[in-house]
Amino acid sequence: MSTFRFTEDHEWIRIDEDGEGIVGITDYAQEQLGELVYIELPDVGAEVSQGDDCAVVESVKAAGDVKTPVSGTISSVNEDLADNPQATNEDPAGEGWLYRIRLADDSELDSLMDESAYQAYLNSLE
Amino acid sequence: MNSTNTPIPTPLNALHRELGAKMVPFAGYDLPVQYPTGILKEHLRTRAGAGLFDVSHMGQVVVSGDDAGAALESLVPMALIDLGEFRQRYCLLTNDVGGIRDDLMVTRRESDFFVVVNAACKAEDTVHMQSSIGNHCRIEPLESRALLALQGPRAVEALGELNAGVADLKFMEGSFFDLTGDRCFVTRSGYTGEDGFEISIAADHAETLARLLLKHPGVTPAGLGARDSLRLEAGLCLYGHDIDTTTTPVAARLAWSIQKARRAGGEREGGFPGAAVILDELANGAARSRVGIRATGRAPVREGAPLENAAGEVIGVITSGGFGPTVNGPVAMGYVDTGLATPGTALIARVRNRPIDVEVHKLPFVPQRFAR
Repeated sequence: MSTFRFTEDHEWIRIDEDGEGIVGITDYAQEQLGELVYIELPDVGAEVSQGDDCAVVESVKAAGDVKTPVSGTISSVNEDLADNPQATNEDPAGEGWLYRIRLADDSELDSLMDESAYQAYLNSLE
Repeated sequence: MNSTNTPIPTPLNALHRELGAKMVPFAGYDLPVQYPTGILKEHLRTRAGAGLFDVSHMGQVVVSGDDAGAALESLVPMALIDLGEFRQRYCLLTNDVGGIRDDLMVTRRESDFFVVVNAACKAEDTVHMQSSIGNHCRIEPLESRALLALQGPRAVEALGELNAGVADLKFMEGSFFDLTGDRCFVTRSGYTGEDGFEISIAADHAETLARLLLKHPGVTPAGLGARDSLRLEAGLCLYGHDIDTTTTPVAARLAWSIQKARRAGGEREGGFPGAAVILDELANGAARSRVGIRATGRAPVREGAPLENAAGEVIGVITSGGFGPTVNGPVAMGYVDTGLATPGTALIARVRNRPIDVEVHKLPFVPQRFAR
């Protein structure tokens, strides 16, 4: 199953077949930031709690904090972004993923929005 | 200023929206931060061709009267009485402690001075001028004129198609030209480090001029984002960030803008607000200095980041910083203790509590290419 869940801060998470989480920012978030020039990723092995600042996405103009959608341990990060941060602009839900996380508590996923709830949330921001 | 109310649209507002610009409130105005092209490309295309910027938010003021030059000299440490006709000069309005109230461009015309001031300062500047020199000259804000900046190596070619005469202007000169049927005041200047023009045009002709310029294949519409990264790479100060009422011209490394006539031993020595402080610093130096800062890695170092020496003591602060598209890396400016202002000095910038290796770098980061 690879359904996406979303936060109000425009992060997404999907769970892969091994139960590990993959985290990124949404298309809306990358659009708001503009062209990314640098992405700061968490340390592998770091333990984080839901809502912690976990990564920073920097565009020409501004820096945006990425809050982790769930608690857990960082298992790997997307190394390709060091040379090509714009992958997160071009394919935020795919090639532009930020990090993988081993979830501490699967039930935290229930606190996140599904696709249609996130879409409704985006519409409410217009 | 109007920053708490609805942002004021400029005469180009409809065009910005038609072009798909992302609009933001800036100094009380509704302005494009970028177009769909994006800041990186707008920046690079300005340096390679030309960028068209709407700077109508800036204040345009005409100061006239027989004593206008002398009156203005009582507010700035620059020489204006002997400024040649149609010559332009970068000026600083100073305060009583030698700080900078605003930076402005002043052009002497046949019978008046044309002054361009920062948007965020214009209301205060006008009151300041009115109350301090209003008895000696006439101060008239131009409310119904737009200001367009066309910047980049192909600016002269693009504007020259509309009036060939503009090519005869030299850097920091101005003159009147007919453009789109309006008598425009055009100066060869700007704030990107590139050759280019600033065009003061009647509000109801501005959109026609902008559309004609955008037809030129070398011209890209460019927003505030690109304007900021261009001026930062060019080592130019942004008022309210790199200079303000707490920074002096000497600390800001703007002493080059103070002519001999106003310095110690000059024919009109002193006689401007803060002269005691500024003349002393011209002779003895300032305690801190504005410098360029280059990070060795890829992480941008932004405004407000403290700067530390090797011992971990805070010895300065970043006043503007971001990513320089032409440099293709992070660029910043800030203030450091003058003893550490030599290019090549290694420092630490504190970013989100992490130490980032940086180095004092000479300004500008990108060579200026003015039409001298």
